Amino acid sequence: MRRSGIWIGGAILTVVALAGLLAPWIAPHDPYAQDLTRRLAVPFWMEGALPEHLLGTDQLGRDYLSRLIFGARVSLIIGAMVVVVSGAIGITLGVLGGFFGGRVDDVVLFLITCRLSIPVVLVALAVVGLLGSSTSLVVAVLGLLLWDRFAVVARATTMQVRNLDYVAAAWAAGSSTPRILVSEVLPNIMTHLAVVGTLEMALAILLEAALSFLGLGVPPPLPSWGLMIAEGRDFMFFSAWVIWIPGIALFTLVLAINLLGDGLRDLFGAAPS
Amino acid sequence: MSLLEIEGLEVTFGQGEGRVAAVRGASFSVARGETHCIVGESGCGKSVTSLAIMGLLARGATRQAKRMEFDGRDISRLSEREMSRLRGHRIAMIFQEPMTSLNPAYTIGSQMAEVRTRHLGGTKQAALDRAAELLGRVGITAPGMRLGQFPHQLSGGLRQRVMIAMALMNDPELLIADEPTTALDVTIQAQILRLLAQLQADLGLALLLITHDLGVVARVAHQVSVMYAGEVVENAATADLFAAPRHPYTRGLLECLPIPGKVAPGAPLGSIPGMVPKLTPGFTGCGFRSRCSLARAECAAPVALRGAPHLYRCVVDA
Repeated sequence: MRRSGIWIGGAILTVVALAGLLAPWIAPHDPYAQDLTRRLAVPFWMEGALPEHLLGTDQLGRDYLSRLIFGARVSLIIGAMVVVVSGAIGITLGVLGGFFGGRVDDVVLFLITCRLSIPVVLVALAVVGLLGSSTSLVVAVLGLLLWDRFAVVARATTMQVRNLDYVAAAWAAGSSTPRILVSEVLPNIMTHLAVVGTLEMALAILLEAALSFLGLGVPPPLPSWGLMIAEGRDFMFFSAWVIWIPGIALFTLVLAINLLGDGLRDLFGAAPS
Repeated sequence: MSLLEIEGLEVTFGQGEGRVAAVRGASFSVARGETHCIVGESGCGKSVTSLAIMGLLARGATRQAKRMEFDGRDISRLSEREMSRLRGHRIAMIFQEPMTSLNPAYTIGSQMAEVRTRHLGGTKQAALDRAAELLGRVGITAPGMRLGQFPHQLSGGLRQRVMIAMALMNDPELLIADEPTTALDVTIQAQILRLLAQLQADLGLALLLITHDLGVVARVAHQVSVMYAGEVVENAATADLFAAPRHPYTRGLLECLPIPGKVAPGAPLGSIPGMVPKLTPGFTGCGFRSRCSLARAECAAPVALRGAPHLYRCVVDA
């Protein structure tokens, strides 16, 4: 089916986003409430499951479904914030470089090259390890590291748009340079940037999970999916589901975002990636 | 005094060995309420001339002029800021490609309204009313509906009408139209030309029309400048030019035109042998001399315009 990617991806993303948004109302339990007498209760399809804990409980007896739902919040907020920060940096640099060319473009290209030579995971680990883990720090670090693709795409598409007749027409109508950048160039490269945005969001969510898994992402007891996998590590032999429930959630969300991104790209015509 | 006076305009692109002189001494003037055509073949510098007047040359181009005055003001020395206040306000421009000259991201109405509010202020609603009035004036039916539409919903002819209406938003004194009909099919071309001529007469506009089509010139121009290889080689009232062309290039051009009744069917049309010279630095003299049957030794030196009021740039007496 044509454009099924957009629909499937969009539907999953909507469900996850709604879950995250409405978490305080739809989560059956407090995600932080511990009950040590009910540690590692099994999910509903296994024998001996507790009816009030659909997906069981973790090693501290916290309701797993509630933690999963609140975890969606963490993933989506971090993903979205990283896209905002990295998008702002990358798009500004890319549009300036692509529009003005010459020296400005040389500087932008140099910055992109510098950025590409920095290993993202290593630097993120080092910074978070040094400054201590917090959600805003994860956002800041990933945002400052993941802008390269925005810059590359914004630069290339701006170069195309810059020479189009309607930009010349805007000059002839007396528009100033900032005005042309903001109201002629930007709206016409947005479709391409939206595609990049989805890809970067998926990447940021995965990186957050990876950092949290290593204990350097969001601090416990915040219910991040990466952190849930990390905390379940010790019990994976006898209670494998503590790992694969958040694992599947992560996989599904990233897949959904990527499907949406691919679908958008097909919809908008070939966007450079 | 004329509204626009250009004297000795020179535009070069590039630097060093690769330098090309696109315009080397264009001189003409456009009076208020008059249609002035610049005619010439592709690459002769007519579009570059119009962009040079607007101050919209691409990076790497240098512009020089002995005199460049708009309404008595020297526009060659205006700052970018002052120039952008003139552009779209007192000097408006229409481009060749209506299909790509409108921003696909905005509705017709908001693009038109913005041109007005940017220069003259006022409310958006007042600007939209003005836009609707002008759309009606350029012959678009249901202007209210068109204002809410996006460029891709309009045909090429309609878009060019929108471009014309947009250019008129601020009551410009000078309208520069760079091949406004080239990208349109023939019937639409005729409509757009008639519209331009009509508006020019009704509003008392000075119209600087760039074209390669002598048929267009004959129909709408009051005054004509013929450009060849970056120079204005002949400048005259339209009737005089067609009746008695003085420059060998103009004569050659007119011989290329098939005129029913004058040229027998089947008889070969005229053509001009040779190629346009490369305008590298150091090229002086008449650009046409390598293709001209009347060329002499003195053609290699710079040739002055002479013979006012029917000016021509040739050493051979017409």
